[in-house]
Amino acid sequence: MASLFRVVPRAAPHGVNRAAVALALTLATAASAFADEAAATATAAAPAPTQPNSGDTAWMLTSTALVLFMTIPGLALFYGGLVRSKNILSTLMHSFFCAVIVSVLWFIVGYSIAFGPTQGGLWGGLSLMFLRDLSQPASLAPTIPHALFVMYQLTFAIITPALISGAFAERFRFAPFAAFSALWSLIVYAPLAHWVWGGGWIATTFGALDFAGGTVVHISSGVSALVCALYLGKRHGYGHEPMPPHNLPFTVVGAGMLWVGWFGFNAGSALTAGGLASTAMLNTHLAAATAGIGWMLVELTRSRQATVLGVVSGAVAGLVAITPAAGFVTPTGAAIIGLIGGGVCYLAVSFKPKLGYDDALDVVGVHFVGGTIGALLTGVFATALVNPAIKDLALGTPGGVVDGHWKLVWQQLAGVGVTIVFAGVATLGILTVVNLIWPLRASPNEETLGMDLSQHRERAYVLSGGEAVAAAAAVMAEPRAADAPPTSVQRFTIILDHVSEQQVERRWRELCRRISVDGNAVSTLTLTPTPITVRGTRFRFLTDNQHTPENVRTQLESLFSDLNAKARIETQG
Amino acid sequence: MKLITAIIRPEKLEDVRRALAETDVYLMTVSETSGFGRQRGVVEVYRGQELEERMIPKLKVEIAVNDNFVDATVEAIIRGARSAGAGDVGDGKIFVTPLDDVIRIRTGETGPAAIGP
Repeated sequence: MASLFRVVPRAAPHGVNRAAVALALTLATAASAFADEAAATATAAAPAPTQPNSGDTAWMLTSTALVLFMTIPGLALFYGGLVRSKNILSTLMHSFFCAVIVSVLWFIVGYSIAFGPTQGGLWGGLSLMFLRDLSQPASLAPTIPHALFVMYQLTFAIITPALISGAFAERFRFAPFAAFSALWSLIVYAPLAHWVWGGGWIATTFGALDFAGGTVVHISSGVSALVCALYLGKRHGYGHEPMPPHNLPFTVVGAGMLWVGWFGFNAGSALTAGGLASTAMLNTHLAAATAGIGWMLVELTRSRQATVLGVVSGAVAGLVAITPAAGFVTPTGAAIIGLIGGGVCYLAVSFKPKLGYDDALDVVGVHFVGGTIGALLTGVFATALVNPAIKDLALGTPGGVVDGHWKLVWQQLAGVGVTIVFAGVATLGILTVVNLIWPLRASPNEETLGMDLSQHRERAYVLSGGEAVAAAAAVMAEPRAADAPPTSVQRFTIILDHVSEQQVERRWRELCRRISVDGNAVSTLTLTPTPITVRGTRFRFLTDNQHTPENVRTQLESLFSDLNAKARIETQG
Repeated sequence: MKLITAIIRPEKLEDVRRALAETDVYLMTVSETSGFGRQRGVVEVYRGQELEERMIPKLKVEIAVNDNFVDATVEAIIRGARSAGAGDVGDGKIFVTPLDDVIRIRTGETGPAAIGP
């Protein structure tokens, strides 16, 4: 069809391109086993095979299911295992709710913004709102039904905001989270997908290669994660109390699901079932494996332990890094990208505490760093040997550094830079606006209670919670006992005269009574410091730097002044 | 000799431990427990069904001390376990009970000598 050749050559639809379409056409004309229908059509009405064929359709149906499986339950479990047991439900909810809300928005307007006919390279317009006409295959994927293309792209739109949620885990209130994710998917994800894949200006200006979403998915979510972590601030007690993952088996299971699902993500991004998909699958698998090793090796030199969490995190980092490169590099290139990605992401994650932000589950260290490394290394290892379509996609640059073309690295860098600026600024804007309506940050009380109970009134595990004991035991110092208590603590006692013990007891209880407002206790007591013990008419205090005993005596006397009490400081000894 | 038993909020264990360490008290037994005093339990909802007045999880810290340590130990626990400001309902309780004897299993020492280092 005319429309096919109008859009395809310039857009970078996941690596589908003129060559791939030509390949499909060749296979179809040859009446290959998986394309009988298409072959018949192609023979009758060459040259454009606009009819879906069963081979591509079957693979893309499978890929779509695999990518959704990455988010629910793959990513949900991966993140869920990393948080404390009081927050796992809210963390699972972050992923699951993205599946719910983004799907509805995608149907209403998201798909139209991302993949409608381009309006000057900026967005796809509103002509496909409510998916009103899917009778013709999408121009980016002519060999599968349009409905399937919508569905496949939707699974990418779901996982991207879900990835961000790792940064703000354990402290983001639910209502603002829902609003943030909804707005982010429409304001950041959909336009970005259009600019890179839908025929928009990033692809046509810079010719940056992004096979399966290194910039659109991983860099955009990674940058947004950084902004979220900085905007929200640290978790209550971060850096002070240990926050160990509560269930690493969940994390390992989730990482396994991500690995398998990534075949749908990367090999599916060929949008056809054939050589390109197979190359992408092999590269994806190799990079995950070498990245697991890369992370482990760097970790071994630093801490002399190979950790389970380390190897699985490394594999995920490798999957992130290979995403933009999967259909453009040789297996050797993929192996090197994985190895570097795994090692560097370990360094990024281990460096985080020094940077002072609380990216709870290391979205920045894995997705932003891994995605950026992958995007740049795509510029190094992309080669025309693997994918001759690079020349079209990269606006004339026929390959990367391995083919002798440094220019591609700069093109990649430009794509990365634009994504960082746009996603970062837009995320900050969304957070600021949502924060005006619903405060984003949970209160210290809510955080202490846990997001599961405070946001959802549910508890994940109806067991006794042993975390605090385990956490304190982990940082216990070697015991050394003393024969006498230390003398550094100074105390003084103030005694009330001319009042009975019963009067003091009754008044003190009134003063200490709490009035519960929205579950938050409010104190009417205006005495500082608060006495350490009260016995009869004797108030015992620890000395602090701000208050002299005389100052405290005056305060106490005024609290009991209507009883005509006189306070005196008991002499030491 | 006294046995000091403190019921505290689970999240305050680290603060209590630190306060005790500043007092040179390092030996303690910690166990998970639950109950309620005047603080009400949280209302949980599972598929529309509400569960009320659930026991609130707490930690029990038990420390055997010689008499000259009692005040310092109690003060340290209060310092660590009292919520910021003037405290809050649910901060817990401290029980001080007399201790007839203490025997260190390893050495057979008894009395105050068995408590210390």
